[in-house]
Amino acid sequence: MRKKTVAILLAGIVTSGAYAQNNEPFTAYEQKVPGSDVPIKMVPVKGGEFLLGSPAKEKGRNADEGPQKKVKIDPFWMGAYEVTFDQYDVYSDAEKDKTPLPDGMTRPSPPYIDLTLGMGKGGGFPANSMSQYAALMYCRWLYGKTGVFYRLPTEAEWEYACRAGSTTAFPFGDDASKLGEYAWTQENSEEVYHKVGEKKPNAWGLYDMMGNVGEWTLDQYDEKGYEKAAAENPWNQPTVKTPRTIKGGTYLEPATAARCAARLKSDESWNNRDPQIPRSKWWNADAPFIGFRIIRPVKQPTKAEAEKFFADVIDKFVGAR
Amino acid sequence: MENEKSPSFHGQSRRDFVKQSSLLAGGLLAAPIIAEASQANYFSGAPGVIKVALIGCGGRGTGAAVQALSTKQNVQLVAMADAFKDRLDGSFNEIVDSMKATPERVKVAEADKYVGFDGYKEAIAKADVVILTTPPGFRPIHFEEAIRQGKHVFMEKPVATDPAGIAKVLETAEKAKAKKLNVVVGLQRRYQTSYLELYKRVKDGIIGDITSMQVYWNQGALWVKPRKPEYTEMEYQMRNWYYFNWLCGDHIVEQHIHNIDVGNWFKGEIPVTAMGMGGRAIRTGKEFGEIYDHHYVEYRYADGVVMNAQCRHWKDAVSRVDEEIIGTKGRVICDKGRILDSKGKTIYQFDRKQENRPYQAEHDELFAAVAAGQYKFEDAKRGAETTLTAIIGRLATYSGQTIAFEKALASGLNLQPAKYAFDAPPPILPDADGNYAYAKPGITKYFS
Repeated sequence: MRKKTVAILLAGIVTSGAYAQNNEPFTAYEQKVPGSDVPIKMVPVKGGEFLLGSPAKEKGRNADEGPQKKVKIDPFWMGAYEVTFDQYDVYSDAEKDKTPLPDGMTRPSPPYIDLTLGMGKGGGFPANSMSQYAALMYCRWLYGKTGVFYRLPTEAEWEYACRAGSTTAFPFGDDASKLGEYAWTQENSEEVYHKVGEKKPNAWGLYDMMGNVGEWTLDQYDEKGYEKAAAENPWNQPTVKTPRTIKGGTYLEPATAARCAARLKSDESWNNRDPQIPRSKWWNADAPFIGFRIIRPVKQPTKAEAEKFFADVIDKFVGAR
Repeated sequence: MENEKSPSFHGQSRRDFVKQSSLLAGGLLAAPIIAEASQANYFSGAPGVIKVALIGCGGRGTGAAVQALSTKQNVQLVAMADAFKDRLDGSFNEIVDSMKATPERVKVAEADKYVGFDGYKEAIAKADVVILTTPPGFRPIHFEEAIRQGKHVFMEKPVATDPAGIAKVLETAEKAKAKKLNVVVGLQRRYQTSYLELYKRVKDGIIGDITSMQVYWNQGALWVKPRKPEYTEMEYQMRNWYYFNWLCGDHIVEQHIHNIDVGNWFKGEIPVTAMGMGGRAIRTGKEFGEIYDHHYVEYRYADGVVMNAQCRHWKDAVSRVDEEIIGTKGRVICDKGRILDSKGKTIYQFDRKQENRPYQAEHDELFAAVAAGQYKFEDAKRGAETTLTAIIGRLATYSGQTIAFEKALASGLNLQPAKYAFDAPPPILPDADGNYAYAKPGITKYFS
């Protein structure tokens, strides 16, 4: 039963439906965040096949990264950078949004504490500490504002984009000593996240895929998820609010956590410091290391399909973290 | 068996007490023995059941109630009180939802839900332990009533908003002590593993003598509840309690107290004076009542050591919520759980994996003590002293004068209204345009 739903949903999102814009070239573009002058740079990621997960012999590998599985991924655009506060705050801060909210949407409530923890906000710092719900609500808001369907990447899409054609631990090879050229991790971050785009991109023009803030994906975390992964556009559709899968490692973790195949599962304790009930749906008071980036599938869903998608991933799991 | 070993209460172990309670329940002993006893009202109901009343049903109160009900002891929520029915009902539903696994712990009959300003008295009467989580302006009268009725207390910080309230809490703290009633104040850093580990090392001399302290609560903006036409002025202010001093005490008192408390704790004393500056730089609209959006206070201790305390609510400015304790041999950076030597080299790093959940720990420890018949917690006095430390900071920034701790305490300065009722006037009223007067340094005076 569940499998069937997944199939229908993914078909709607990834493989059917009309283009939002006719004849749009499959090249990099800038999506202006409505109600502001802030752009989001999107780069094309061609479809293809790749091996999901890591080989058993990869250094630093965890058991949940296998078995490796060959999967096919449809094309999409992906944000060249992690979503920044400059971009996210147009949604969360009514004073920065020059246009009204789409019907039925609410803005994130103010967090219990300032979750940037002094690490920086405006001028290109990655938006952090949001729940997965808050990340998905941003996608819904952007869709409502632009008519273009944006969403979080699936775990498989994320890893495919991170690898950028490589089969090694990192997109540039296996040598962790070179990671500092590409990523902010425990080794060089000084325990703070950094402005996006300060390091080298991968071969497909994606910055900070590794390190800096970890990135939400659309998948329920399942230790054995790769065994069950579908051959095309696999997605472990959520059935509960927590745990979800995060990819890319964080500024607080060592290089091994920033490997393309490494996975991190979200945890309720990421909001331990929130002493109120109901707990914030939007923020994780103890996960300053989490952010996200968006993708835009080339095959855009119809309006009805997009709405069903948001209903299924957001409304059924309000406050997912 | 463990109970027999645990410290006895008035020479009576818990086991004996439970036995006696059962006898009581069976009608073999006269009930007034307990009712009149000048001691803790342990287990007023079924043996081993600790009954709880929640006074103040906002988000924090709801959280505190769930934490109380999530301890290992057999705790039951039996009464709730709030000024607003919608807040109380919302809180009740959240508690029921949060306690789905042990629904028998939520036993609040409709008749035990008290709406309005006065219901707290009856709600307190139903309980063994009382949770006080209304806006802090009400804390002194609620605390006084809870101790008068012989109940153990968990109360959120701050414990008052004005010196008169502090005087009342200090007086009540003495009574609580005499009655051996446990009082825990929600300054949860004192119950947090990382802070306890840092404190231990500072006491052992790892940073030498404390020479100064820097404490911070710098964050972004908070919530506002829009005015509705049906609100009386009292209701409007109660719903937006954060922005009115008689209810909140300003954010230096309501939030920054946590960091100020860490300073007092590590220093082992309270400051003698406060001097500082503050104002409304960014948050200037009438919806923000009378409070400031920033304060910077220099607190001076008797030995001349200074604690610099800064707090602000400035959206998009750099944030920091932290404490640094600086000594002759090094410094502590509390938020990072780290101790550095005087050259900046890390000499101790707390392992984050060992961190507890301090909000839960407060309740775990309180209810364990109550269940065991132990008297362990007398937080009220230090809670009052730290609250007054924050209050003199506000008085200093508001007036532009140096404020002495003892003088402030002796002043009897009282911000509370003459009457608590929705049709009564609150102590501050808006002008014709809806603006509230706020303090002007150099002009506003409290006492000379």
